[in-house]
Amino acid sequence: MDIAKNSILYLDGVAVSFDGYKALRGLSMVIGPGEMRAIIGPNGAGKTTMMDIITGKTRPDEGEVLFEGSTDLTRLDEAEIAELGIGRKFQKPTVFESHTVRDNLLLALKADRTPFWTLFHRNTKDEDNRIDELLSTIKLSHRAKDLARNLSHGQKQWLEIGMLLAQEPKLLLVDEPVAGMTDAETMETAALLRHIHKSGKSVVVVEHDMAFVRELDVKVTVLHEGSVLSEGSIDHVANDPKVIEVYLGR
Amino acid sequence: MITSFLLGGLDRKTGIAILVLALIGIGVTYSNAFLADASPLHVSTGNMLLFGKYAAYALLAVALDLVWGYCGILSLGHGAFFALGGYAMGMYLMRQIGTRGVYANPILPDFMVFLNWKELPFTWVFFDHFPYAMLMVLLIPGLLAFVFGWFAFRSRVTGVYLSIITQAMTYALLLAFFRNDMGFGGNNGLTDFKDVVGYNIQADSTRRVLFALTVGFLAVGLWLASSIVNSKLGKVLIAIRDAESRTRFIGYRVAEYKTVVFTVSACMAGVAGALYVPQVGIINPSEFSPANSIEAVIWVAVGGRGTLVGAIIGAVAVNWGKTWFTGVLPEFWLFALGALFVAGPLLLPKGIVGTLGGLFSFGNRPSRVVPTSPEPAE
Ligand SMILES: Nc1ncnc2c1ncn2[C@@H]1O[C@H](COP(=O)(O)OP(=O)(O)O)[C@@H](O)[C@H]1O
Ligand SMILES: [Mg+2]
Repeated sequence: MDIAKNSILYLDGVAVSFDGYKALRGLSMVIGPGEMRAIIGPNGAGKTTMMDIITGKTRPDEGEVLFEGSTDLTRLDEAEIAELGIGRKFQKPTVFESHTVRDNLLLALKADRTPFWTLFHRNTKDEDNRIDELLSTIKLSHRAKDLARNLSHGQKQWLEIGMLLAQEPKLLLVDEPVAGMTDAETMETAALLRHIHKSGKSVVVVEHDMAFVRELDVKVTVLHEGSVLSEGSIDHVANDPKVIEVYLGR
Repeated sequence: MITSFLLGGLDRKTGIAILVLALIGIGVTYSNAFLADASPLHVSTGNMLLFGKYAAYALLAVALDLVWGYCGILSLGHGAFFALGGYAMGMYLMRQIGTRGVYANPILPDFMVFLNWKELPFTWVFFDHFPYAMLMVLLIPGLLAFVFGWFAFRSRVTGVYLSIITQAMTYALLLAFFRNDMGFGGNNGLTDFKDVVGYNIQADSTRRVLFALTVGFLAVGLWLASSIVNSKLGKVLIAIRDAESRTRFIGYRVAEYKTVVFTVSACMAGVAGALYVPQVGIINPSEFSPANSIEAVIWVAVGGRGTLVGAIIGAVAVNWGKTWFTGVLPEFWLFALGALFVAGPLLLPKGIVGTLGGLFSFGNRPSRVVPTSPEPAE
């Protein structure tokens, strides 16, 4: 169990099926503390389902999911898992459309989440500064007072990453952050994620875009039909015959 | 902490509305008391009663807007909380009758004597004490909402399913209160009240006080609701309304938030019911009828969902219309209401206040629409 102990996220033999369709079949993976990992795989490989399981949205039929080597995530709900320090960005950007960009970040900011304290909460100077910092990290300072619904697609993606950071999680799960972005935005996003990783956080990024994955320059895991097909550096997996067959075979 | 919370509720829109309510409360009671009947500015006691009733409805509408407009909980059973508050007040008023009832029983209300009951059921025991009765006005609707909400929201019942079970709740209460053996007066309900805290309930002076109190509580309810929606908790409610599961993933326990706001709203509805009953002089099971709860939703929709002030305007406007309509064309009121339900959302999708707010932008939240231009960051 040493592998589990020294990991931030540990998945072993995770399986789940929907109406008989096996979305994950014996998925095992270990993410080390402070590691950034890219996960690629064709559509329907089970990448989003894996995130659903880690964040408590879906319960696995089998297998172990441990956070920091000891906490069993399969027994907790979404809010409890978020409180542990796991933040998630969805594949489809979901921000709070009728709130301002600033309020979106305020809601995500790490703070007491009980209704009582939220009711009597007053913004502190510290919080305002923290939000300003986040706004400049995600390059949205000039849109702070605009409603989130008026942001462009790419800006919503960044806002969601900002909300993720605001929670000060230990582990970030980022699902297809550059889908629908321009090339320039894609490179910006890669830089942003590298910056987040450098600040000491563990990051799991799911992405299709190979140029983006190359830009991240980290260890890559290839998922296929619900389990790991190949793992290693981007050049290693790109030259793996099994991977080539899966990608070229379709 | 409390002060800054309450100050947060006093945005421009709410401030103006409270001022207007204060002027109405003072103006109407003054005019009723001191102006000659012939004066064009004189408000008759009948009209004052009518508007007192509307003000109670308006408080119910504010309570409903708090859960529906800001948290997306479309309750089709809020009339139940209103009626429960009304029954708690009615029970107090019944106990005040004392020996002046038809059967002159000092303890038992007439309907119990009629049913040959020998002693007061435990549910009625302390209702001769005003503070106890007022506590029950808050506690009974609040407790029901808390228990109901806790189970429904924890099981993640949302949307139309939630609306249906709230409707079922009020229907079940309707059936229960119809039964004589429940001990709440059966289908006749509670009526023939004499006094309220020692004052003749029919006297003009008492009615003025009741009117002023109702308008006052409406202002307080509006202020409280506005403070809630302007607080960070209010922002969480809107977040839940717009993207419930996202809110959960950033660590908020959605079921707790919904239960809290549902309970607060039910207490407000209970107070509204308690203010309504002494003015209309009766409470009976028909107040639980599902149609009442649906009408309350229409008031909010017409006035403008998620605006609070709109709920007040909607409640008064629709009920005024109803009074006028049932006077002129009584058989057509239901059709008019149906037409309103269909045409209202089509013509004014944001309601009266939402539409005006868009024109003059006097709301407190940014309504500036910025065109979406995909601008890459520098
Ligand atoms: N809640 C669900 N109900 C039924 N099928 C699902 C559900 N979630 C995912 N699936 C199925 O599981 C498979 C894996 O989906 P997903 O994890 O979204 O893939 P990816 O993100 O890798 O594209 C797909 O075939 C999808 O249709
Ligand atoms: Mg996916």
